[in-house]
Amino acid sequence: MSDVIVFCESQKGELKKGSLELLNAAKKTGKNVLAVVLGPQWKSISNLPALHGSKKVFVCTDEKLKHYNPQAYSEVLNHILKDQNFEIILASSTLMARDLFPRLAAKIDAAVVSDCTELDLSSGTTVRRPMYAGKCTATVKFKDGVKKIILIRPNQLPVGEPDPSATAEIIEVSMPILDLKTIVKDVVTGTSEKLDLTEANIIVSGGRGLKEAANFKMLEELADTLGATIGASRAVCDAGWIPHSMQVGQTGKTVAPTLYIAVGISGAIQHLAGMSASKVIVAINNDPEAPIFQKATYGIVGDAFEVVPKLTEEFKKLLN
Amino acid sequence: MKIFVCIKQVPDTETKIKLNADKSFIDTTGVKWVMNPYDEYAVEEALKYKQAHPQATVTAVSLGPKKRVIETLRTALAMGADDGIAIDAPESLDSYVTAKALAKAISGEGVPHLIFTGKLAIDDNASSVSQQLAEFLGLPHATVVSKFEAKDNQYQVEREVEGGSREIVQLFGPSIIAANKGLNQPRYASLPGIMKAKKKPLKELDLKSLGVDESEKKLDFVDYMLPPEKPPVKFLDGDVQNQVQSLTKLLREEAKVI
Repeated sequence: MSDVIVFCESQKGELKKGSLELLNAAKKTGKNVLAVVLGPQWKSISNLPALHGSKKVFVCTDEKLKHYNPQAYSEVLNHILKDQNFEIILASSTLMARDLFPRLAAKIDAAVVSDCTELDLSSGTTVRRPMYAGKCTATVKFKDGVKKIILIRPNQLPVGEPDPSATAEIIEVSMPILDLKTIVKDVVTGTSEKLDLTEANIIVSGGRGLKEAANFKMLEELADTLGATIGASRAVCDAGWIPHSMQVGQTGKTVAPTLYIAVGISGAIQHLAGMSASKVIVAINNDPEAPIFQKATYGIVGDAFEVVPKLTEEFKKLLN
Repeated sequence: MKIFVCIKQVPDTETKIKLNADKSFIDTTGVKWVMNPYDEYAVEEALKYKQAHPQATVTAVSLGPKKRVIETLRTALAMGADDGIAIDAPESLDSYVTAKALAKAISGEGVPHLIFTGKLAIDDNASSVSQQLAEFLGLPHATVVSKFEAKDNQYQVEREVEGGSREIVQLFGPSIIAANKGLNQPRYASLPGIMKAKKKPLKELDLKSLGVDESEKKLDFVDYMLPPEKPPVKFLDGDVQNQVQSLTKLLREEAKVI
């Protein structure tokens, strides 16, 4: 029986929630779960893959893996994988994974599919993903016998309970990483320490209804209260109020958080496509005819400048 | 000095998607096809490079149903690309075969100096072809690039990573650069540009002539579905205080999301 490989990413000394979700999904197949963690940061991870059901953990602590490097990462992964008997690699569909795994797929002659929202491994491999940024969805039909690299959006699957008594064999991999044709020279940290939009569980998004860039401050207070990430419509990104990295929609990021709060966003079709897979959508807009309300779960017709501060107060009371 | 730019046509972002009768694809009737927005940044960056390096030529390459491929190549030629390569192929190719065919077509033209692509196509949002093309050609790649500088055979790019952070990455030698929004402001095709484009060379290839077979595909997308209809929105009544109180209560007790 083949094993399932789970590629794990960590942030600030913890495996990411998306990685834990996939360790749990892999464990439920009853197959052996082999985890891979790359980079020297491995040593500081507290919630190790072993506690979440992996039997073996491949690590490579080479300093050259400290920052993601497509060439180094794909070569080390290829080195680890060539001796394994596997059909499936699971990874969270993060910006890094979306860059890395297509390259690896070409290297190892595998199928790769990113941004999946449904995964069922109970009999066979059933995977669905959004197409046209969420205007429709499709099932992925893999050719018989191909190796499959499946990237799943975070926050789609349950996380299992850690088992403190579980152990795993740690396999330290080392190989020469030579002749790199790409080098990360520097990382300029963004203004936000929050989770990336594509990984956020709650998103508070603003549009032209906020009237000017300075008014995003009001949304930041709401977002801080909820531990949410800020998003925005294309109009306000194009106007330069907010960096493009925060744009939600077909030409920005497609997102599917548990809770999406849209403030002053009327809901252009390309924005709706990018966020309509969110579990619960709250829309706050002064125009009751705004298209955003067609996708919303709950709606408040009103002035954002009155509603948002009061809503922040109410959340503070509830969450403290 | 050969510069390549890979482009694709996609339905305009305003398109309302409908499905075909057997749900095997979208219904393309009446769809307005445009150059993938991220590919416009790729074309512009290639043309900017050519302006700074007069010995460079820009070849636009596109793969897909022939009529659409030629249409989008003409747009790139009208913007200023020197020539085009049209690869006629069915709509249903996956990224693996697409990248393989592009790699063959490009390497058939000689050694590429630089290849520009969009960071993803807004139809399947796969963001795979650039990296697969890079692997097939044995070149370094950088995706989600919002700033590009060339110095001799060395390139420095800024690319977006998590949480709005940016990486400064150096690439050495021929490279593949996948463009993000913000890289530049794509030019419009001028009227003289459009006239000139009609006379620019456009090579027509197909999968067979490249020695690539559709059966090498790794996957298909099947069983398309439209998103389930959402129940109508619950508007919250009363004054603002009542509205926000009902909302927080519903989010906690009914939706159970906070």
